Amino acid sequence: MLSSLTREILQSLRFALEALGAYALFLVRLLKEVPRSLLRFGLVVEQVHNAGALSLVIIMLSGLFVGMVLGLQGFDLLERFGSEESLGSAAALGLLKELGPVVTALLFAGRAGTALASELGLMRATDQLAAMEMMAVDPVRRVVMPRFLGGVLSMPLLAAIFSLIGIYGAQLVGVQLMGVDTGQFWSQMRSTVELGDVMEGVIKSCVFGVACSLIAVYEGYHSVATAEGVGRATTRTVVISSVVVLLLDYLLTAAML
Amino acid sequence: MRQTRAIELGTGLFVLLGFSALFFLVTQITNREFGFSDGGYQVVASFEQVGGLKPGAPVSMSGVTIGHVQRIEYDFTEYKARVTMRIDSRFNQIPDDSDAGIYTAGLLGGQYIGIAPGGSETFLTDGHQMQFTQSAIVLENLISKFLFSKAAEKQDDQP
Repeated sequence: MLSSLTREILQSLRFALEALGAYALFLVRLLKEVPRSLLRFGLVVEQVHNAGALSLVIIMLSGLFVGMVLGLQGFDLLERFGSEESLGSAAALGLLKELGPVVTALLFAGRAGTALASELGLMRATDQLAAMEMMAVDPVRRVVMPRFLGGVLSMPLLAAIFSLIGIYGAQLVGVQLMGVDTGQFWSQMRSTVELGDVMEGVIKSCVFGVACSLIAVYEGYHSVATAEGVGRATTRTVVISSVVVLLLDYLLTAAML
Repeated sequence: MRQTRAIELGTGLFVLLGFSALFFLVTQITNREFGFSDGGYQVVASFEQVGGLKPGAPVSMSGVTIGHVQRIEYDFTEYKARVTMRIDSRFNQIPDDSDAGIYTAGLLGGQYIGIAPGGSETFLTDGHQMQFTQSAIVLENLISKFLFSKAAEKQDDQP
């Protein structure tokens, strides 16, 4: 009884390690292709459009609402301590360091990650990837690489846009609705926020960009070549991306604080 | 061809928007002022107590920001905190016997260095060590002094 349980645990531990190894090997393979695929930049531009420009509306809307909620909640919290004028710095730090990169990554996994995974999965299911191999075209180089790079390049830009719009959302609620002084809102923000805080957010979103794009292209590329397989790859992309982003967020925060 | 054009235009707009957002965050939301450090000169001052002063804090005269704190070190020869400030070269007529003090902006605001001009005919130059400084006020010290003086008064009243 006990031995079968331990065997099962060891087994799943082994699977987890195997998956981690497969991801690492796939990442190394992709990184090796980076210089070559930068030469064919047109393909990457197309994917930046797919992953970044098409996610812009959802990112901007979410940023606005997250910022507005932060304005309300922050005001309510800070009012209890009698320091509403710190709302600007609280909202800016929260958005730049945490909410901007993390929420952007989660939305990215839902909007662009699923699109990547299902597209690649469908290519696998309809034998398009096999057909490319027959024509001596490396599908990783031609199909996977541009999608990966497009996601990696888009994420920091999306996160920056998210944070900026969020700060204006917080200003909208805090200053226009709750009556915090505009001058105090901005001057407190400027005196507290340092370049390092902005950089922390940028580094985080770069790491999340690599993680989310890698998970999406890996799951899509290695999906089972059936309709069910495509669906499973899409689901796994969202689930794994979300968990990995939150885990990485804790590790990065602990490392950079 | 038309479609590729549209894609490139959309991507270009997105990238432009993203980078301008980043630029805005770096320049407008942070306290860093670019192009400030290329000119200017350094002045050093020693303080008994710097409190919560941090590198990057403003140096001001009558509320006008004239420079920033560059470094804060501990000087073991004097046993004091040694603060290096960079003053913008536009402000080159500060008397060299000016007084530097550490003040707090507002009740919860950050700390800054305020310079009160002296009466000397010669001006501060690069590397100058300021003679007259006033330490940051530590609230706990202030309160304990107040309490001790109150207690002493009471003892005097009731012999």
